[in-house]
Formats: sequence, C-alpha cells, structure tokens
Amino acid sequence: MPSVLPLGDPAPPDGLLPAQAAEGADQRAFGLYVHIPFCAVRCGYCDFNTYTATELGGGASQDAYAATAIAEVNFAAAVLKETGLPERPLSTVFFGGGTPTLLPAEDLARILTAAIAAWGLQPGAEVTTEANPDSVTPESLQLLADAGFTRVSFGMQSAVPHVLKVLDRTHTPSRVPEAVRWARNAGLAVSLDLIYGTPGESLEDWRYSLETALSYAPDHISAYALIVEDGTKLAAQIRRGEVPGIDDDDHAAKYELADELISAAGLAWYEVSNWSRTPDQACRHNLAYWRGDDWWGIGPGAHSHVGGVRWWNVKHPTAYANRLGAGVSPAAGRETLDTETRNVERIMLEARLNSGLDIPSLGGLGDTGRHAVAGLIADGLVDPAAAFHGRLVLTLKGRLLADAVVRRILPD
Amino acid sequence: MSPMARTAPVPAATDPAIIRNFCIIAHIDHGKSTLADRMLQYTGVVQSRDMKAQYLDRMDIERERGITIKSQAVRMPWELDGTSYALNMIDTPGHVDFTYEVSRSLAACEGAILLVDAAQGIEAQTLANLYLAMENNLTIIPVLNKIDLPAAQPEKYAAELANLIGGDPDDVLRVSGKTGMGVEALLDKIVRDLPAPVGDPNAPARAMIFDSVYDTYRGVVTYVRVVDGMLHPRERIQMMSTRATHELLEIGVSSPEPTPSKGLGVGEVGYLITGVKDVRLSKVGDTVTNLAKPATESLPGYADAKPMVFSGLYPLDGTDYPVLRDALEKLMLNDAALVYEPETSAALGFGFRVGFLGLLHLEITRERLEREYKLDLISTAPNVEYEVTLEDKKVVHVTNPSEYPTGKVAEVREPMVSATILAPNEFVGAIMELCQSRRGVMGGMDYLSEDRVEIRYRLPLAEIVFDFFDILKSKTRGYGSLDWKADGDQVADLVKVDIMLQGEQVDAFSAITHRDKAYAYGVMMTGKLRELIPRQQFEVPIQAAIGSRIIARESIRAIRKDVLAKCYGGDITRKRKLLEKQKEGKKRMKMVGRVEVPQEAFIAALTTDESKDKAKK
Repeated sequence: MPSVLPLGDPAPPDGLLPAQAAEGADQRAFGLYVHIPFCAVRCGYCDFNTYTATELGGGASQDAYAATAIAEVNFAAAVLKETGLPERPLSTVFFGGGTPTLLPAEDLARILTAAIAAWGLQPGAEVTTEANPDSVTPESLQLLADAGFTRVSFGMQSAVPHVLKVLDRTHTPSRVPEAVRWARNAGLAVSLDLIYGTPGESLEDWRYSLETALSYAPDHISAYALIVEDGTKLAAQIRRGEVPGIDDDDHAAKYELADELISAAGLAWYEVSNWSRTPDQACRHNLAYWRGDDWWGIGPGAHSHVGGVRWWNVKHPTAYANRLGAGVSPAAGRETLDTETRNVERIMLEARLNSGLDIPSLGGLGDTGRHAVAGLIADGLVDPAAAFHGRLVLTLKGRLLADAVVRRILPD
Repeated sequence: MSPMARTAPVPAATDPAIIRNFCIIAHIDHGKSTLADRMLQYTGVVQSRDMKAQYLDRMDIERERGITIKSQAVRMPWELDGTSYALNMIDTPGHVDFTYEVSRSLAACEGAILLVDAAQGIEAQTLANLYLAMENNLTIIPVLNKIDLPAAQPEKYAAELANLIGGDPDDVLRVSGKTGMGVEALLDKIVRDLPAPVGDPNAPARAMIFDSVYDTYRGVVTYVRVVDGMLHPRERIQMMSTRATHELLEIGVSSPEPTPSKGLGVGEVGYLITGVKDVRLSKVGDTVTNLAKPATESLPGYADAKPMVFSGLYPLDGTDYPVLRDALEKLMLNDAALVYEPETSAALGFGFRVGFLGLLHLEITRERLEREYKLDLISTAPNVEYEVTLEDKKVVHVTNPSEYPTGKVAEVREPMVSATILAPNEFVGAIMELCQSRRGVMGGMDYLSEDRVEIRYRLPLAEIVFDFFDILKSKTRGYGSLDWKADGDQVADLVKVDIMLQGEQVDAFSAITHRDKAYAYGVMMTGKLRELIPRQQFEVPIQAAIGSRIIARESIRAIRKDVLAKCYGGDITRKRKLLEKQKEGKKRMKMVGRVEVPQEAFIAALTTDESKDKAKK
C-alpha cells in the first residue's frame, strides 16, 4: 500500500456509509485486511506505511497495536450494521504490512479471533499473513495455524545476496527453505514473493532466484517488478547515480523469464503478477480486490471498499490510535464512485486476470470498447480463442502492456 | 535653449515654411522611443504626469519588446528665435521585415535623425535605412544616444557616423533620451537644419499614405503627408491605385491624441478617417486625391506588400479553428501585409497557410494570436515561395512542401536576397564560412571604421529564414547585425524531402531543400523524431525519402512493458486517477496512422534549439 493517500471527499466522523454501499451486498464476498505498520528495518525501496519498532509510542506502539486494531474491528462491525449491510461471514482475511510477524503470533491470533467474533468465518475461508523468513519460528507458525490462519506469504524477494543488499533485506537466503518447511509442517499453504529488476540484478541473477524459489515447491508465487517510488532511499540513490536506474526492457525480459520458468514448474498465471499451482490456490483475498468485492481495511493508511464506496484511514499510527481511542472513525477521506467510474475500475482490474473481461459488456463506439478488441488481437495482446468465446484475456505480451490495453478499451 | 512654444501653429493654416517633417532612424534598442518620449514631453504635447514609457508604441507587444511595429506621426510645436514651428515626427518601424513601410515613412519626410547608441555603434538595419534615407535625399542629423552610459564611446562612433555621411565628428549631436540631455538642442537643430516642405498649394490635392491602422472604434485610420493642394473634411477622396472613393469623415493631426482640424495643407502630416474597415482599402504608399478635382499623376514609389515567408499555423486544440480564423480576420484589418488561406494537414488538422514579410512579422503575429486571442498554436517550419516548372511547362507556385508537384520537374526557382552584415572585423572569417555554407555568393566588403566591416552577400531567402540570424549572432558573440532585401530569384537544384512514420507521410515535417542538404535534413529530422516520439506498442520506422528513395532511417523500438506490477486494494484509486490522466493525455496526441505523436513532439521538431530569441533581431 503506497504511503501517499489519494485526494478524496471528507469522511464523516461516525464512519457511516452512504446507502449505495448496501446495494447488492449479498452478491459480494466480504473480506478483511489488517495492516501491521511495523518493520524491523525500513527497506530502501519500500514506501509503504510502516515504522520501525522504536519510532512509535502510546496506542500506536507495537505492544498496544493489537488492542487498537481490535477497536477498529469492532467499530467496523457497528458501522456496517448501522449502514444496513447484511451480516456476511468473512470469506478471506489478509494480514499485511509492514511485517505482520514482527508482532507476537499471539497478537495476530487475538486480532483474528476478534474479527471472527464480530463477523464469523465462512467454511473454507482463506486467512493469510505476510511474513519475513527471519521473523517466524516453527512454534509461531503452529500458533498461527491453530488460531485459524491457512496460508503464509513469505517475502523472499531474491535468492541473490547482492540483490537483497540493494533492497536492504536482512534475511539470509538459506532461511527461506527452513521457513517454508516449518509452514508446511504447521499445515499452512505457502506463497513466495519475489522482486525483479532491482538495480544491479542480472538476468542470470533473476533466473537463479526463480529456480531457487521454485525448488521449494510453493503453492503460489507473486513476482513484482521493482517500482521505485518517489521519496524512497532507493529513488535518492538512483538520482544520485549511486545505483543504476530502472529499465523497462529489462523488466520485460525478466517477466517473460518468470512466466516461462514458473509455468514450466507447473504453476499458472491468474493475475499479471501472480501464479498458483492450482486455481484453488490463487489468493482469494487479492482476487476480491480485482473483482470488486467488499473489504474493510484495518490499520493506519488502510483502504476499504464497500459497494462502490472507497475510503482510506489516516496514515500515521498515532493519529490512527487517537481517533479510535476517541471513538471517531479513523477514515481520512473517501470517494463514492458513480456507475461510470465503477465501470472504469472494473475494466482496469478485471483485465489483469486470466478470467478476463466480458467483451460484450465493454460497449463503446468507434475505436473504443469492444471495437478495439480486433486491433488488440492483431497486435498479439489479446488471446483470440478466448475472445471468440466473448472474453478478453491478455496474452503474455498483453500482460506486459496491460495498462496500454486498458487505455485502448476504456470508453472515451 | 528654446522655450516651449507659446502658441502652436494651427493645422490647415500653417505656412509650409514653418513645418519640419522628420523621422528617426535607429536600431531596435538604441533608444528611439525613449528619445521620442522626451521630445513629446519637452514640446509640451504630453504632460509629464501622463507620460508612459514609449508613449507612441500602442501595442503591448511593442512596449514589451521595446520595438515599434507600426509607425505613428505626431505634431509638436517648437519655438525658435520667436517663431513657432510645427514639427512632425514620423516614428518608423525599425525592422528589416518592414522595409517598405520604412521607405514610405522616409518619403514623407525632409529629414531624418540618425540615432545610434553611443555604446554600440551603427547596426546593419540602421545602415540600410540610412542608405534609403540618403536615396530619398533626406537631410541627415547624426545623433549619438545614451551618452550617459559608462560604456559609451562617443568619439569612436561619432567618427564612424561622420565617415558614413560625411562631415565633421564634432557636428554629431550627443544626447541622452533617458536624462533629456541634449534633446532641446536637437529640437533646435531640426528647425535650423531641415528644409521646409515644398509643394503647390493650388494644384489638385495629392497626399501620400505612409501608414494605415485599424482602430476598433473608428475603423481604419490613415496617416498621410500632403504634398500638393489641400484636403478638407466632408469632401470625397479617391485612392489613386485602386480608384476607390471614400467620404472624408474626419481629418486631423495627432499631438499625440487625434485632434480634428479644418483640413491639411501642403507639407502637413495628419490622419484621415473614412469609415472603411480594412486597411487593404487604404494602402501604404498609395496617393490620396480629391475626387472632384483629381490629380492626374500619383506620387512615385507605390508597391504592394509582398509576403516572403510562409508558415502553417494550426491550433493545438482542433476545436479552436474558428477562433483562429476570426483572429486572423481581425489581424488582417490592421496588417495589409498579412495574407492567409485555409490549409489542411494530415498530421495537424485544420489550419492556415500564412504569408509574412519576414520572420519577425511571423513571430509577432503568432504572439499576438496567442496573447490577444488566447490561442495555443503550432507553427510549421517557415518556407519561401518556390516557382516550380513541370516538364509540360506548367508552372506551380509552392509555399508549402506538401504542395510540391509530384510530376516531372523541369526547373525550380527560389527567391534570393541581398544581405548586408555588419560586424567587428575579427568575425569576418566566421561570417564568410556561414554564408558559404548557406549557398551565398559574396558581393563585396567595406570597412566602416578601423575595426568594423560591412559584408555583402547574395543568398537564397530559404537559407536565412530559419536559423541564420541566430547562428550569425552566436558566431559573432552578439555583435553581428543583418539586413536583407529581396533580390530576384535563381534556378536551384532543390528537392522535397518527406518524412514517414510507419510508412505514413507526415506533411508537417516535409521540407524543400537543396539536394546537397537533403541527406543532412533527413538524418536530423529522423533522429530528432526518434528522440521525441514516445515508444509505441509496436516498432515505428521513421524514414526520410526523396520521392521513393529512402535517404535516412531510424526506428523507435516497441515498448515492451506498460503495466503496474502491483494493483491491490490500496492502489486502485491512485491507479484509476493515473489512468484517467493518461487518457486525457491521449486526447492531446495527434494520430499519424496508428502512431500517437505528442503535440510537444511537433513543436520541438519544428523549432530549432537556438531559435528562441529569434524575434529579437
């Protein structure tokens, strides 16, 4: 979650949502995102809303954070009820950060338990936590599994020490296979996060990272091109010429290599940056983002979406804790999307998925909407067979140009 | 020292013997307008408290750039030895683009003040205008201005002026327009040295138009100098070149606000208002006579203003086309030299091909369109007019490369100019090198003073319209100055170079060049476009061709990645906003076939890096 909040309308102190949010809610899944804003160190590339342990105090401190998050869980349950949304058990829960596993596993378990108490959990629900390979033990992973977690996503990033160094990652590569083994022993599904295109990373470095990750036989892999965000240490290093800049062609070559090796290992893409061993092992929580389902985001800077209303919490953990302490909504701003905007978001997000977009729904005149599809097929960006069946599904080349494709099919 | 005149001579009843008509010949920043302001103040026609800097320059652009585009005439009283005189100061345009207007202003005078910056010496255009004045047998009063400046070298430049016009360096007046020093002495000298106008008061009226200005409220205001006879209000007048007749609604003098009079007699300078709305009906250089008692012979020297440089003007936003059309129509009312016709470019949409007297005229027109009519414009590279004769003897006049005929060409003729360059002698080598590289033929060289030379070249106009002056300036460290005038045409080995993006010809980038320079143009333009056009989803070949022969090629590699790697819950709003912004940006792209070309690429490709200061000639 990038740390710069969007500009929106003011959010009311009681957090109540407009009536629109409740429309058709029974057709949509409901998920919970829990942001844990702590890290052991601040990585050079990261612009997420996260703090090192010593930076914060009071209700925002690492010790008090679980209680603060639980306060928002209860606040959320009350708001949704008052807004008139039906009671929906949670389909998915996702703990992200930051580094969630910097909190004691007991704290994560407490927050999850409070969420289940508030909404209940659907049978077979997916409950994920992100984790740093350094900050887990066999015991902590077992404790999480016992509390109801089903899945862990490790921030492996790379298997190459000099790449990890540029990223400021502290773990030693050998820690990853151990952590994966412990997670499996605890009965958790495993995903690995990788980053490619780090300054100084060669294609062979990347191949080595991919092969290493695949040798651990994960159920799921996310591979992200490094994004250099303004204001990060890495951005400053590139600006000063201390490390080389980002090259999109290099990114493209590495994406193609990733798709080749991951596919050969038996995983299949289901979203631009995500591959799973079976369709069931796709991250259902993330799919909910792309399919326009509802979710509540707990934590400072967290974003939420319910029925076309998007909002985001105040960014600083102290301000966040103070708001909740005073019984006031932590939302900093929000936007209520009209039909047209929701359609734009739908196209923008669904185009990223292997399930693709419904072509007849694109509409549009002239060279936009469904009339653009023929050109996209001709350019090799859209799969012709799927298009024949009415779905717009990106080819490998198309995935690399997904944003350009979206601009071509969006209504003018 | 003379006092301000106590009684001013009355227009229409002024004896020619007490009239003095003069103009000021000066280079752009040599202080002409400041000196004129000071004269207005000292003669009492403008009160000090009403004084705006450069009172006579009406347009904002003139005041900002410190240059005079349109001339004006002001009548000022001045008393010497007990007699009140009427001085008519005719403010001439200072720029080479307006040579014809200058020549008409000069023809309205008996004398000229040659005003030269005491820190800079004479410049090429001033020299050219001085020669024009001498050809017109004007009495010249040499004056050094800005003598208050620490960098002033009055001895050196007084010698230079004396050398040019003959006479003693000690006779060169020294003034400061800024402080007013020497200005009264100058006014006295005007009265003493300049001849009074001579004409026949009983002959049929003949008045020469030396300027014609459109005023929103009054229509065209025509400035004339009466040579013979007299003009009165309410009578019908005739323009001798067109035979058009008008009723004289008002006649008067400017001092400097328009003041109606009972008429204008021999030697007098003033304005006429006839109610016409288009300056083309009241052309500079034409002779005005009385319809009831017409003159048989018009005054000499009339010529139509002829555009020399052509450029396509296109609105950045296509929906502004009607605004541009209306704006040009309005500008044309006030600018007899401006010609235009609608033009369509495949790349730029609807616009106009506009003819100008020169580059400054182009720049000023463009700037006025952008400023006064809030237009964002793309102007294509300036062109000259070529005469193309086909093998079937058909003759085509080409002002736009896209009109260049595709058939077999027998001969192409291009307009020529004779150029005069003044510079310190240390730059002679650099100047000759530049002129040779522009296909120039040297005409001669003279020393104006010990270290300043005048170099004359005959050059193709096309070679000087784009960046010649900028390069001249940089090669002479800013000291070189240029003047040119049309000088016939010549046969030349010219070809049209086309530029193609993905096989689609982009008319805006086509150029007519000398065959020897076609390759260089092709390499330059394809290289420039490769840098300026963003990568597309497919490879874009850029080619330069003469006919079907490719002379240069470049290629823009296809973009391979255009996707945000992470698009999760917290990224969606930001991502959507970015997408909407990109979508807006796409609307500002011009499509060439399937290639999206940003407007900025057109602008950047059509301008040179050094051309920013082009207008400040």
